[in-house]
Amino acid sequence: MTDTTAAKIRPPRNQWWDVWDQFKTHKGALVGLTIFVAILGLILIGPLIWHIDPTYVDFRARNKGFSLAHPLGTDQLGRDLLARMMAGGKVSISVGLTAMSLSIFLGAAIGVLAGYFRRLDGHLMRLTDLFLALPLLPLLLLMVTLFREPLSKGFGPEGGIFLLIVTAIGATSWMQTARIVRGEVLALKEREFVLAARSIGTPSHRLVLRHILPNVMSPIMVSATLGIASAIITESALSFLGLGFPPDFPTWGRLLFDAVDQIQLYPWRVILPGIAISLTVLSVNYIGDGLRDALDPRIRGR
Amino acid sequence: MFQYTMRRLLIAIPTLLIISLVIFLLLEAAPGDPLGEVPLTVPPEVKAKMRTALGLDASWYVRYFLWLKQMFWIEPMHLIDTLFGTHLADDMQRVISFQSRQPVMDIIAERMPQTLIVVGSAYVIGVLIAVPIGILSAYRQYSWFDNLGTFISMIGFSVPTFFTGVVLIVIFAVKLQWFPMVYDTTLQVTDWESFTKQLRQMVMPVTVLSLFNAAQISRFMRSSMLDNLGQDYVRTARAKGLTERVVVLIHVLRNSLIPVVTVIALGVPSIFGGAIITEQVFKVNGLGQQLILAIHANDLPMVMTLTFIFAVLIVLFNLIADLLYGILDPRIRYD
Repeated sequence: MTDTTAAKIRPPRNQWWDVWDQFKTHKGALVGLTIFVAILGLILIGPLIWHIDPTYVDFRARNKGFSLAHPLGTDQLGRDLLARMMAGGKVSISVGLTAMSLSIFLGAAIGVLAGYFRRLDGHLMRLTDLFLALPLLPLLLLMVTLFREPLSKGFGPEGGIFLLIVTAIGATSWMQTARIVRGEVLALKEREFVLAARSIGTPSHRLVLRHILPNVMSPIMVSATLGIASAIITESALSFLGLGFPPDFPTWGRLLFDAVDQIQLYPWRVILPGIAISLTVLSVNYIGDGLRDALDPRIRGR
Repeated sequence: MFQYTMRRLLIAIPTLLIISLVIFLLLEAAPGDPLGEVPLTVPPEVKAKMRTALGLDASWYVRYFLWLKQMFWIEPMHLIDTLFGTHLADDMQRVISFQSRQPVMDIIAERMPQTLIVVGSAYVIGVLIAVPIGILSAYRQYSWFDNLGTFISMIGFSVPTFFTGVVLIVIFAVKLQWFPMVYDTTLQVTDWESFTKQLRQMVMPVTVLSLFNAAQISRFMRSSMLDNLGQDYVRTARAKGLTERVVVLIHVLRNSLIPVVTVIALGVPSIFGGAIITEQVFKVNGLGQQLILAIHANDLPMVMTLTFIFAVLIVLFNLIADLLYGILDPRIRYD
């Protein structure tokens, strides 16, 4: 009798395996993950195989259609579009990842501080409310236009704009994360394990880092995934309005913006980068959806 | 409730003051020069005079307080003047755009209708599409309709509006030539023909914006319906022998709409922000396009006033959303 029950108990395993099992049941999320990994692979490995320089100007091969030499055609200066798409994707996705990391760092830090230290709570949440009341897109446009010149002087045209866009996006998108994390921390703080940790004299910083933070990882991960998507969209919207990266430095939004003028003649040049942006954002959003379900213990194991 | 409203309104005042200060300081810290467009052949003395004329040589706090006074004292008085024909603000300095030397408020009033017509109808249509889709998706959860609806709404908010707009232009304006490519704002609606013309040019921008709005609202509607469909009162209603139609469309729908209504109210100001891009795609010369023009031309009073108006809208609709929540849901008490 005891033997049979003992055999049925599974060996202890990491909770992340449970999360992965649940994640696998979400079809959309799996497809999204596959597409995202494929896009990443294309962007990272592609340039190793496809050697044409994305900024190489070839006037004899202007405005070419799809061909073997240029699978996605060339633009009005004869630059190869496949190479430009790959280079653009690298910038767009790295902007997305960096801006997301910044916004998650800010959001998690402010959320934990506000939730854990009661003295800071009022001030920090007032600050969050203030940021939520700011008209974000106009401010973003303003920041990017006003500060682009001094920063590109200081850090070079590409580095400066990269820094500017990433900081601007990060600094205007941390509020939701901060609110969610604060709520979770407020609930966790009353739990017994925190009391136990505190009763053996754990200092505050270790309590936060070792006991609180691992327990708020799930909401942070979900908002991180969704943050990548919104950062990519914001960057391409800025580029689309002509306020993003300089012209010879391709990103997906910039490629789309450059092609809009000749949309009647060469619609593909608009549609390809647009599809790339949409597909990336769609797959990331599906991954976020799957993660949200997988990390929710009420759904997991059902 | 009244007390709560008053308290919120009083809190809104310092919030808006701080926001206006933040915007002002941001503009101040920027290295851009409003006289940057002036040709280099203009001698420095003349430039200095122009600077004085624009009020740029005063220190920043003087200009900030001047802007506050103009915005909150002179502009409302001017509004009263134009409404009732009085002469309260006749020789007072209004907020003037650097670019066109016209009062900022006149330009905004001129451009407001374009934005309101396009964005407003898009929002209304978006809500009208989203609510039935959300109800049906939740009622038939995991059916083919639900899966399709969820997929389309996922696409709706993953695909950026500048891309959907451009795709619509390629298909319907370039290939099929059903609708005009740009929005003609000089069009006066006088007779049936110009009315159909107006409708035709509105179709594409409104489709883009309403698809985007419907995608978000239908997701909220669906999850709110799902929350309520599992409640005990639904089982009670069914057990009483009420028809399915009454249970879903009266009992569940009324309760599910409460959070959705607040989401709709919260979305109103962000629509003005999101419309900046759509206006740019279809060349609608509304408020968003004016903002971009003003930013490019370093037109500080215009940028300041427009951004501040967006901020006022956000604070106002936040308050409206909270109050609506209190009115609609008797479980919420504000005191």
